[in-house]
Amino acid sequence: MTSLAKLLEAALFASARPIATDELATLDPDASGAQLQAALDEIREHYDVEGHGVELVEIGGGWQILTRAEYTEAIERAQLAARPARLSGASLETLAIIAYRQPISRAEIEEIRGVAVGSVLKSLHERGLIDVVGRAEGLGRPLLYGTTPVFLEHFALRHLEELPRADELAIALRLPNREAEPETEPETEAPAEPVAAQQEGRP
Amino acid sequence: MTAALETPMRTEGGEGFVVELTTFSGPLDLLLSLIREEQVDIYDIPIARICEQFVQRIRSLGLNEAAEYLEMAARLIRIKAQMLLPRGEVEMWEDPRAELVRRLLEYQQMREVVDVLERRGEERRNQFARAYLPQAAAPPQAPLALSLSELLAAVDRVLRASKQPNMHEVIPRALDIPGAIVTIRSVLSLRARILWTDLIETTAEPWQILSTLLGLLELAKAGELRVVQPRPYANVEISRDVASEAA
Repeated sequence: MTSLAKLLEAALFASARPIATDELATLDPDASGAQLQAALDEIREHYDVEGHGVELVEIGGGWQILTRAEYTEAIERAQLAARPARLSGASLETLAIIAYRQPISRAEIEEIRGVAVGSVLKSLHERGLIDVVGRAEGLGRPLLYGTTPVFLEHFALRHLEELPRADELAIALRLPNREAEPETEPETEAPAEPVAAQQEGRP
Repeated sequence: MTAALETPMRTEGGEGFVVELTTFSGPLDLLLSLIREEQVDIYDIPIARICEQFVQRIRSLGLNEAAEYLEMAARLIRIKAQMLLPRGEVEMWEDPRAELVRRLLEYQQMREVVDVLERRGEERRNQFARAYLPQAAAPPQAPLALSLSELLAAVDRVLRASKQPNMHEVIPRALDIPGAIVTIRSVLSLRARILWTDLIETTAEPWQILSTLLGLLELAKAGELRVVQPRPYANVEISRDVASEAA
């Protein structure tokens, strides 16, 4: 590997969080953007081609070295690391709404979900997935919420635009087709998620 | 994960399903699920049928949990009533279900995003990043080591930074406690009980006040007098100590 690639690899190894490209640039002021990108590609290829237990992933607006999924169970069995708790269905619904409608107030989220979301917002905020991004102009100046970089990390997103655009969503219920077998619609799987996802606390 | 929905237990009657309401994340979720089960067109919901099913489902719930579901039930019944009203002009008629359909579609759209998030979150969950290590506590600061000349030089640098150092002389003025004690004793020899304000002249300078206070405490410690303050902030009363007088 080039010395720049080695430097970036060392920095990526040392950091617990994804490192943004402009942060990587500060490691070597002489390196150009193209050189940085080439070095990152070199590391990724090095891991992929030679076959390493880790891979370089673009995530949450930056770059991060992650273990490969196939080794997760063995690592967890040996109690060397533990997967975080899954988010509950209520948390996921709330996050989905915030991701698309941010900045958004609590009342607006409740209007879409049809249930109160106060405690869900609190727990999402505690996990750092959302943050208060401002106040609305209207009556009572309610707090407005938005997603954080941790949100992107949690869902392995490079940026928010990676989520499907509203017009790309299927909306399976839009077309009345009683002849088609509704059981095969993916949405039938949606509502039962909360079982394994009792909010906070790691296993 | 979808066990609750895909393999619902049949009741004895074989009529409906027993579905735990807690597996639904809200009234809209339950409503969508009913629409799917009944295989009805979302743009032409048979309100009576769906409403009946809906109420059946929530009957098993305690009122507290059911509040949001009850609100939806009430809404369904209202829509049902509106549907029964005779329609005037066909052109002007607005389907009372329209708002509900809009909300259901919006909710459904959100559920699709949830599916995306769920899938990606699960992928990411199966990969470990470098473990987060809490920051080690900062080591205690080394004791300040510098010579007097360094300190003076530093003071000089700081002072030179200001445009016009506002210097003034400080005159050391020693407290005169023995003098104060003599004064207190002489006043007390004339009157058995005096007030703090009797001891302090209105023109007294701070060093005089402090001297008097310290002298007073000194005498109280020696048992020559008693100092009493009847109430908070009240004037302090000073009296000859009877016991020491007797001795």
